[in-house]
Amino acid sequence: MGGFPILSVMLAVPLVGAIACLFLDAKPARMVALAATLINLALGVVLWANYDIGGAQWQFTEYSELFDGFAYALGIDGIALMLIMLSVFLMPICIGASWEAITKRVGEYMAAFLLMEVLMIGVFAAQDIFLFYIFFEAGLIPMYLIIGVWGGQNRIYAAYKFFLYTLLGSVLMLIAMLWMVNAAGTTYIPYLMEYDFPVEAQTWLWLAFFASFAVKMPMWPVHTWLPDAHVQAPTAGSVILAGVLLKLGGYGFIRFSLPMFPDASADFGWLVWGLSMVAVVVTSLIALVQADMKKLIAYSSVAHMAIVTVGLFAFNVQGLEGAMMVMLGHGLVSGALFLCVGIIYDRLHTREISRYGGLAINMPAYAVLFMLFTMAAVGLPGTSNFVGEFLALAGIYQANSWVAFVCTTGIILGAAYMLYLYRRIIFGEQKNADAAAMPDLTIREYLLLGPIAAAVLWMGIYPESFLAPMRADIEVLDARLAAAAPEGDAQLSIGEGAPTEEEHAEGGAH
Amino acid sequence: MEYSTSLALLAPEILVSVSGLVLLLVAAWSGDKSARFISIAAAVVLGGAFALVAPSVCTGAAGPDTVAFGGQFRADAFAGLAKLMIFAASGAALVVAPRFFGRAGAMRAEFPILVLFAALGMSIMVSAADLITLYIGLELNSLSAYVLAAILRDDERSAEAGLKYFVLGGLASGILLFGMSLTYGFAGTTNFGGIAIAVADGLSTGQLFGLTFVLAGLAFKISAAPFHMWTPDVYEGAPTPVTMFFASAPKVAAIALLARVSLEAFGSQSLAWQQIVIFAALLSIVIGALGAIGQQNVKRLLAYSSINNVGFILIGLATGTLAGASAMMVYLAIYVVMTIGSFVAVLLMRDGNGDQVESISDLAGLSTTRPALAWCLMALMFSLAGIPPLFGFWGKFVVFQAAVEADLIALAAIGIAASVIGAFYYIKIVKVMFFDEAVNTVTGKSDTPHWVLLAICALLISPLGYLLIGPLGNLADMAAASLAVAF
Repeated sequence: MGGFPILSVMLAVPLVGAIACLFLDAKPARMVALAATLINLALGVVLWANYDIGGAQWQFTEYSELFDGFAYALGIDGIALMLIMLSVFLMPICIGASWEAITKRVGEYMAAFLLMEVLMIGVFAAQDIFLFYIFFEAGLIPMYLIIGVWGGQNRIYAAYKFFLYTLLGSVLMLIAMLWMVNAAGTTYIPYLMEYDFPVEAQTWLWLAFFASFAVKMPMWPVHTWLPDAHVQAPTAGSVILAGVLLKLGGYGFIRFSLPMFPDASADFGWLVWGLSMVAVVVTSLIALVQADMKKLIAYSSVAHMAIVTVGLFAFNVQGLEGAMMVMLGHGLVSGALFLCVGIIYDRLHTREISRYGGLAINMPAYAVLFMLFTMAAVGLPGTSNFVGEFLALAGIYQANSWVAFVCTTGIILGAAYMLYLYRRIIFGEQKNADAAAMPDLTIREYLLLGPIAAAVLWMGIYPESFLAPMRADIEVLDARLAAAAPEGDAQLSIGEGAPTEEEHAEGGAH
Repeated sequence: MEYSTSLALLAPEILVSVSGLVLLLVAAWSGDKSARFISIAAAVVLGGAFALVAPSVCTGAAGPDTVAFGGQFRADAFAGLAKLMIFAASGAALVVAPRFFGRAGAMRAEFPILVLFAALGMSIMVSAADLITLYIGLELNSLSAYVLAAILRDDERSAEAGLKYFVLGGLASGILLFGMSLTYGFAGTTNFGGIAIAVADGLSTGQLFGLTFVLAGLAFKISAAPFHMWTPDVYEGAPTPVTMFFASAPKVAAIALLARVSLEAFGSQSLAWQQIVIFAALLSIVIGALGAIGQQNVKRLLAYSSINNVGFILIGLATGTLAGASAMMVYLAIYVVMTIGSFVAVLLMRDGNGDQVESISDLAGLSTTRPALAWCLMALMFSLAGIPPLFGFWGKFVVFQAAVEADLIALAAIGIAASVIGAFYYIKIVKVMFFDEAVNTVTGKSDTPHWVLLAICALLISPLGYLLIGPLGNLADMAAASLAVAF
């Protein structure tokens, strides 16, 4: 790509679009937002196509001492590349999902979304720790507005909760970052990833980062902001929240906590495992009894994110790769599920499960696509989530078989609540006349769900496309963690094997 | 030292005081109809003083060349940087005032002159290198400020604010004088350099008492908790341009003065005052945050916000390092911009009759009725809350960086965690403006000078402000360094 600053351009395009949207009416604002996100998607494809697999660890780097105290340093590795792809892929779909659903203050809405995109790409591309923090934290402002202005009934409470919860999580991380930079003498993330912090300091630093990422992730018991935020946010807000914002926590673990504090990560492995096990079982059970579709999917997100955390803290390649794949797969699938909910919400203006039923009769195409995403959420082989969940659980099995056992029940419970949801909405009697009269998908809705369906299948059938760019980076991380990795309880070794046939025969002769 | 050299170092103060006296005579003979002319003239004078001070800041003036009148007065880069902020903030007050008072028919010629004398007092304060100079500057500023608070003679609240400010200010001055006399008694000198020598080998009990009372008196002036009680009442009662002035310039002056007393006179005994400053800092952050939550009036809310911000500034001082002093100056500069911006936004809130609207509930739905004002105010609020990418974040950032570098991790962690409480009421204003149904109270016409000032402030605290980090940090570092080579 020569010296073309593609990452800066990817930041600039939505930023310019956002500023333009602020001054535009509804119609042109929608067009500008769609154009900006599509340009970014195209740039993302170029980025992926030009990413040199097996090349340098950090590619497309840009560096400028624009600010005193921290640098404008951008650059991506395979992990960041995949998450940037996820963001730019979901963004046009979000804009499309809001095309008709949002009617008031469209310009500001589109501006907030485009700003969100800038900040998400910035988080994944930042190579300077303070630049990362600025992007990470700034995301609160547009999301606060999106939930608060365009959300549902109880939006103000949800917006406050989202803002203050995540802010409290992050500020301690800032102090930890200041300490690290003071100790290591650099703000450059690749250097910090190789710097060995004193073991006793790692404990505190790890906890400070954990406070932030656990809230973002979200891990049980600090997940309570998520169902509120999801339920109150507009459809596209939920998509972006589930699709990308939740991935910031996982990205934080994989970029900061694990490589920078390997010893502390190993020491606190039990904490993460314990919280994840609780999360998988408890939130799955909570999801089972929800009457609100969005809440159900929100709780299922918490359960899926727990699989991500056990994968990350399995300290082996399978676990890390699995965690990344679950993040990508969940980004697509939960986004698609929120869209599915949004589609029927737009028609009937309720998210209550009991108001629907028998939609397979009047919305067959919808039923098929919803089925695909339900199965993907369950982790059916051939869909994206299967790959990730299998790898993550295989990884944690090597570290601790009990954790693997408990977390695997999440898949069974996941099947339970998702299929139960599907049965109640799509099958059965058509209880309400208005629900029975709903028209099937429009072309716009096909265009929203189609690409996600294709990506879900692609990721399930040929995951190598997604794993290949990340492989080298995950191996580097695994090597970094190797020294600290706790010894697993399931050290499988090949046994003696059965006696040969002769011995067998001899034995038999006795 | 020759008188001519000393006088040359005092050039900005001489300019301000002579023109202040001349303008006073003009006002006395031509009455209130010359108010407009005097305002402009005063602004020009402040601009001139600003230009006179600027070179010493840019070159980082320090050392014995900056000492005037045998060590009573110091025109170094630290004082210079504070003076730049003081003159700029006073100038802003002069710009917004005529429209405000003009609408009430109460634009008096005294206003710009009092602002000039207050600025003069503050500029003496920040340059003071002797307890006596300190007191002269402080009182010159305070006496002007008492009158300014009560300048709307027909308004009960204004008179009440002035009286409250006067009584409590007088009490604080008394405490300060008591501390100064104890210090003098036990150190044998009023000169900061002399005090530094006297306390070099440990504080005696008398000196410790002196230090404590001096700090208490100054804490009152910067409205740090637990000496903050007067702030919300005075800020609410005083006319808005005056409140804006109180919240910006005198804060800069008193904090710079506090830093100089602590770091120069008692620099060798930093352990003695550090705990006092840490206590005041944390208490201010918490009280500023909790007190603001229930407020219905924007000006009272901003008063608590200023208490909260003083807490963060004091964290920079609490480090007792030059990096901390530099961080403090950076924070102050950003704080002045944010404060001026917020109060200008308050000034722009007017109902159909042109009357000032101060209740938070009247802001409801401002984003649909007055989008530009709402977006600017939102940026200011997020900036005050210290949320990146707005520039207010950088102020907190440098202060906490200094605290971490000085190994005050616990202070930094508690301080920043408490800042989340403060974020609650800032985002509450955003909530009222953006989430609530419009009440359409704020319909009054706005004045161009106000808009220009608000636009400048909004631009400075926008992410573009980060481009200033380099130069600003440089100036602050030089200013802090000039403290180090004191004597």
